[in-house]
Amino acid sequence: MSATPLLELRGIDKSFGPVQVLRDVAFSAFPGQVTALVGDNGAGKSTLVKCISGIYPTDAGEFLFNGRPVSIHNPRDAAALGIEVVYQDLALCDNLDIVQNMFLGREKRHGLVLDEPTMEQMAADTLAGLSVRTVKSLRQQVSSLSGGQRQTVAIAKAVLWNSKVVILDEPTAALGVAQTAQVLELVRRLADNGLAVVLISHNMNDVFAVSDRIAALYLGQMVAEVKTTDITHAQIVELITAGRSGALGLSSGNGSNDTGGEPAAAPGAAR
Amino acid sequence: MTSTALPDQESAAAPAAVPTLTSHVRGYLSRVRGGEIGALPAVLGLIVLCTVFSIMRPSFLTAANFANLFTQGAAVTLIAMGLVFVLLLGEIDLSAGFASGVCAAVLANVVTVLGYPWYVAVLAAVLTGVAIGSVLGMLVAKIGIPSFVVTLAGFLAFQGIVLLLMEEGRNISVRDPVLVAIANRNLAPALGWALAGLTVAGYAAVQAMRYRTRAARGLVTDPLTVVFARIIGLATVLGTTVYLLNQERSFNILINSLKGVPIVVPLIAVLLITGTFVLQRTSYGRHIYAVGGNKEAARRAGINVDRIRISVFVICSAMAAIGGIVAASRANSVDPNTGGSNVLLYAVGAAVIGGTSLFGGKGRVLDAVLGGAVVAVIDNGMGLMGYSSGVKYVVTGVVLLLAASVDALSRRRAAANGGR
Repeated sequence: MSATPLLELRGIDKSFGPVQVLRDVAFSAFPGQVTALVGDNGAGKSTLVKCISGIYPTDAGEFLFNGRPVSIHNPRDAAALGIEVVYQDLALCDNLDIVQNMFLGREKRHGLVLDEPTMEQMAADTLAGLSVRTVKSLRQQVSSLSGGQRQTVAIAKAVLWNSKVVILDEPTAALGVAQTAQVLELVRRLADNGLAVVLISHNMNDVFAVSDRIAALYLGQMVAEVKTTDITHAQIVELITAGRSGALGLSSGNGSNDTGGEPAAAPGAAR
Repeated sequence: MTSTALPDQESAAAPAAVPTLTSHVRGYLSRVRGGEIGALPAVLGLIVLCTVFSIMRPSFLTAANFANLFTQGAAVTLIAMGLVFVLLLGEIDLSAGFASGVCAAVLANVVTVLGYPWYVAVLAAVLTGVAIGSVLGMLVAKIGIPSFVVTLAGFLAFQGIVLLLMEEGRNISVRDPVLVAIANRNLAPALGWALAGLTVAGYAAVQAMRYRTRAARGLVTDPLTVVFARIIGLATVLGTTVYLLNQERSFNILINSLKGVPIVVPLIAVLLITGTFVLQRTSYGRHIYAVGGNKEAARRAGINVDRIRISVFVICSAMAAIGGIVAASRANSVDPNTGGSNVLLYAVGAAVIGGTSLFGGKGRVLDAVLGGAVVAVIDNGMGLMGYSSGVKYVVTGVVLLLAASVDALSRRRAAANGGR
């Protein structure tokens, strides 16, 4: 795969009042790969995602997209670049149907009038392209769907737009075993279709099942970006809970990530 | 990863079975059982009320009274149609009644006191409504005061403004023939028929086009029987209404002839069609539903939530202005109580009785019309039965409470059936 990351962040800082949530964070995502973003509660995973998607402004740092510097000020900027986020709390409207949700905010129109047939057809094609066959009718309200089906709709909504980067925030957190397997398979398929996928998860089984690279956040700092095959389950848990594991992670004491993170990040560009 | 192939992959659903009449009806029934009852209570209530009143008071069933129902209910219905937009966001506008009073007062002042032509007065009244709505919407969306409080303050303040515009309780008569005609004159019978025919033809054309484009693209279509049933249903309702309204209802034909569809009816119909089009067929309408269903999801989809919130208050107050104009026309005058007393609660009641949810995200402009009919029938029928206004208020209050309970219970029912 290409050596330039599709999405690259450098030196991202973000504070909420006196609390610094992200500290000099670097992060990259490569096309055709699933990059897992792990970290404990409060490590800053969701904040990082909201910065990428333009919901929160960043205090400092730069965004590179395909090697070009870009600025993202609101969700529309992110969407225009092809960055789509599937949120933990799904961000679907229960009172709208599947098609309406998938096109929300970007409806197809003939002049003033909504072009329902085109939207329905595109939605059907997208779901078929992801080999989704679990929904009965595209015109059923989202309130009538199961958790896995909702997640599927949310993911399908994200890929509908020829998006290039799809970020999934805890997509399996609320799902049962079978539904989790289904969603993970979908995640893998996205990457195999050439998208850069970022998967945020607490579940190490999920992370090791689908990811190619793992990025670990610890108290707002990026402590490691490594290939999944180069690291063990136990090491990741150590990185998440203590911020370091052997040669990886924060160097002891000073809390700076300059030493630990960089060498480990290099192998990430492989594959 | 790929080893965990799941059993459900090949089965089911890609092209769902072609719907038939029975599957369509069954689908509707299961939706009703699941809590999506829509305007069903209003329609049933309307049938029951009309039956009861017709039996108790034969005069209820006369053509004259039928026409009365439309003109009596028009102002409340128009205000309720605007309220639907606000209710769809889960907000409320308690000031809509007195906002209509303020707009009516502006109308009367411009046309009678200042002597401008009627269209200037109408424009001034509607612009007043737009201004009121913008202020309310700004306060709710930009400053973040709950709409309940903002519009309660508006309720008090607008009451005062009406008094001030009326110079402490004087009443201003409205004599302009065009304005008076809105609620007091009728269309020529032939014109009534022509408009009804045009409406049915237009509806049929829209349905046919929809069917053909969907069929051409291989999408699931409603069964043809259902499409025809809809068109025939509309034709029956419109035909009966126009036929009844075209009956002679003057007490003494020698003095004057009184027949035809009251002019407010096409006015309401045009606004109903426009409102329905905006809500169902434009992305603006889609965004209103989205904000009402899940504000955060709408924001993340890139929808400008504040703009939507402001705009619904503008629509609501502008519709209130039109309601105020109709009220002024019907009374031939504006007094300090125009838009006061029960007008607002009747309007909220009309929207909710029709099936618009107080929790947001669910409702149609048609709901306001159906609910407005229920309110008008209660008001009119109980008046004919000789009940005092005390009893009328109590009964209307109970009906509103019933409608709100149905709304809350159907939500619970929907939640129990897999919704949230």
